[in-house]
Amino acid sequence: MTSRKSAIVLGGSSDIGRAAARAFAKAGYDVALAGRDVAALEPDAADLRARYAVEVGLHKFDVLDTASFDGFVAGLPALPDVVISIVGLLGVQQDAESDLTHATAIMRSNYEGPALILGLFAEKFLARGSGTLVGVSSVAGDRGRASNYVYGSAKAGFSAFLSGLRARASRGGVHVVTVKPGFVRTRMTEGMKLIGPLTVEAPVVGDAILAAVENKTDVVYVSGKWRLVMLIIKTLPEAVFKKLKF
Amino acid sequence: MTLVSGWGRFPVVDSDVLRPRSFAAVGEAVSSGTVARGNGRAYGDAAIGAVRTVGMTGFDRVRSFDPVTGRIRLEAGILLSDLIDTFGPRGFLPFVVPGTRFVSIGGAIAADVHGKNHHCEGGFGRYVDSLLLRTGQGEVIEASREQNSEAFFATVGGMGLTGIILEATMRLRPVETGWIRERVISASDLDAAMRALEASDEATYSVAWIDCVARGRDLGRSLIYLGEHAGKGELPDGADAFPVGKDPRLSVPVDLPSMALNRTSVRAFNELYYRMGARRSGGSHVVSLYPYFFPLDGIGGWNRIYGKRGFLQHQCVIPEQGAGAVLGEILDRVARRGDASFLAVLKKLGQGDGILSFPLPGYTLALDFPVKGDILNFLDEIDRLVVAAGGRLYLAKDARQSRTTFAAGYPALQRFNAIRKSLDPAGNIRSKLSQRLFDEV
Repeated sequence: MTSRKSAIVLGGSSDIGRAAARAFAKAGYDVALAGRDVAALEPDAADLRARYAVEVGLHKFDVLDTASFDGFVAGLPALPDVVISIVGLLGVQQDAESDLTHATAIMRSNYEGPALILGLFAEKFLARGSGTLVGVSSVAGDRGRASNYVYGSAKAGFSAFLSGLRARASRGGVHVVTVKPGFVRTRMTEGMKLIGPLTVEAPVVGDAILAAVENKTDVVYVSGKWRLVMLIIKTLPEAVFKKLKF
Repeated sequence: MTLVSGWGRFPVVDSDVLRPRSFAAVGEAVSSGTVARGNGRAYGDAAIGAVRTVGMTGFDRVRSFDPVTGRIRLEAGILLSDLIDTFGPRGFLPFVVPGTRFVSIGGAIAADVHGKNHHCEGGFGRYVDSLLLRTGQGEVIEASREQNSEAFFATVGGMGLTGIILEATMRLRPVETGWIRERVISASDLDAAMRALEASDEATYSVAWIDCVARGRDLGRSLIYLGEHAGKGELPDGADAFPVGKDPRLSVPVDLPSMALNRTSVRAFNELYYRMGARRSGGSHVVSLYPYFFPLDGIGGWNRIYGKRGFLQHQCVIPEQGAGAVLGEILDRVARRGDASFLAVLKKLGQGDGILSFPLPGYTLALDFPVKGDILNFLDEIDRLVVAAGGRLYLAKDARQSRTTFAAGYPALQRFNAIRKSLDPAGNIRSKLSQRLFDEV
C-alpha cells in the first residue's frame, strides 16, 4: 500500500481535466481519471505514469447517469483525498432557447450531475472527517447574460451549491473549493472570440486548482483580472445591464 | 485563412490553420499544400503550409519512459521545456538542446537542431531511434535507421517535408544535476576566438558570443562559454540538484520602435557585455542549465525588440578549411554596416546526420538583422561569400535566401527530393519554404 495522497478527476478527458491530473500527479498524488469513454483516457493515464511514476486508475463515469452515482462511489478501490469535478457542457444558447432536450442537457451537465456527485462524496468525506472537493464552475454563473444564460444559470446553481456545502462541510473538516476559470483556451472554447489578456491556458487552471487545494482557498478566479471584471458586471444596475449586448 | 509568421515575424502570410485532436484527424487534415507546425519557433516560413498549417502542440503526451535507460516515446507536439521540467528532476535531460527550450520535439527533429555540443555529440536527430510518420500519401509508417531508413534520414532535418511527425522514440542523457560548470574565455579578436574554440574541442559545450559592432583590431572579439554537466558535489551549499525553470521575469510588452536599436545603443551594450564577461574569464563557476542553454528565454517575446517589421536571422556554416578569412570578411562587412544585433554567435559544428541537416564540419555564425532598408540586398551579398566558401544557410532560420544559394549549399537535395516524391507522389506536403526554395515551379 502506498501512503501517497490521491485525487480523482471527474471529466478527465477535458483539457482542464488533463491539466489538473498532471498538476496533482506532478505534486506526488496518485491520480484517477473518470469519464464516459474509459478507453479514450488510456493514453492520458500512460502519460501520467510515464511522467511522474504515480499510480493512475481509470473509471467509467457519466455525469448524466445520476442513478449510477452510488455504485460509482462504492466501486472505487479507496475513497480519494481530493475529488475534482471538471465536467460541464457549454452547449449552444440559441439552440437551448427552443430545444428543451439541449437545454436540459446543459442544465443537468453543469448543475445537477456535478452537485449530486460532489454531495455524495461530501457525505463520505464528512464521515471520514477529511477530504477536499473541487467544483469547476464559471464566471458565467456570476450573472446571467443574454448570450449564455442557460449555461450561466446552471453554473450559478452549482456555485451556490458549492458555497452552501462549504459552509456546512468546513465544520466537519472537509474543504470545498469553487473554481471560476474565466476564458480558457480549450476544445470547449475553440473558435470562440476570447479576449487575450483575460484568457489563460489549461495548465494554468490545473496549477491553480492544485494551489487552491493545498492552500485551502475557498473561491478561485484563475486570472485575478476576472474578479474585478465580474465585480463590475455584478454591480451594474439591472436597468443598465439589460441594455448591454454581451 | 489566418495570418501566420515564424519567430522572426517575417514574412507574414495567409494559411489555413487547423488544430486536430487525434492522429486520425491529423491524417484528414492533410490535403494539397500542408505542413505541420510545432511551437512556431522556426524564424522564417518553414512551418507555414503552402495552403494549410497543422498545429501539433496539442499532442503532448508521453507514451512511455524507461527510468533505467532513459528511453522515451513521445507525441511530437511536446515542448522541450516540458521534457526538461518533467524528466530533469528524475535525472534525465535531452542530449541536444538549441538556444530556446520552447520548441516542439517534432520541430527539433524536422530541423535536426544543434546545440553547443554539436562538435562532439552531434545533433538532435542522433538521439532519435525511431519516428511515427504520417506521409503525404496517407500512410502511417514507423521509420528508423533499420526500417524505412531513407524516410528516417530524410525526416531528420527534412523541415517537415516528408510528412507529419506524430511520435518519436529517443534517448535521454542521464545527469546528476541540472547545473552546468561554466568557464568563460575572452578573445580579443576573431583569430583568438577561433583558436579558443579549436582548443576547446574536448569541452562538451562550447559557444562564442561575438561583438559584431567591434571593428579594426577588435573585429570578432568574443566571449567563449564552455560547459560541462556538474556533479552533485560541485553545487553551491543548499542548492537543489535540479533548479527550477522560471517563466520569463521580463517580457517585451509591445513592439519597440525601430529607433531603439541603433549603432550607439548596440555599441554601448556590447562594450558593457564584453567587459563584464572578460572580467569573469578564467575561473569556472556553476550555473543553472536554464540561463546557460537558454539565455534569451529569460526575456519573454524578445522578438518584439526588433519592431513590428520583424527581423531576419542569417545563420551560415563555413567549412573548416579557410573559414577564418570568410568569417572575417563577413564580420567586417557587418561591423561596417553597424545595424546587426547585440550579439552574434559563433560555434563549431560537426557532421550532420540527416540528408538535409544543416551542420557540416566547420564554423557556424548567426547574426540578427532588423527588417529595414536594403537588408535583403546586403544579405544576398553575404550569401555569395558563403556559397563561394562551400557553406550553406540554416533552413530553420531562413526567410529569404535564393534558390541558387540553397541549391549550391545542399548538394543532397536531389536525393532528398527523390525520397520525398516516393513518400508523397501527389506533392501534398508543401510549405511556404519549400515553395520558395525546393518545389518545381
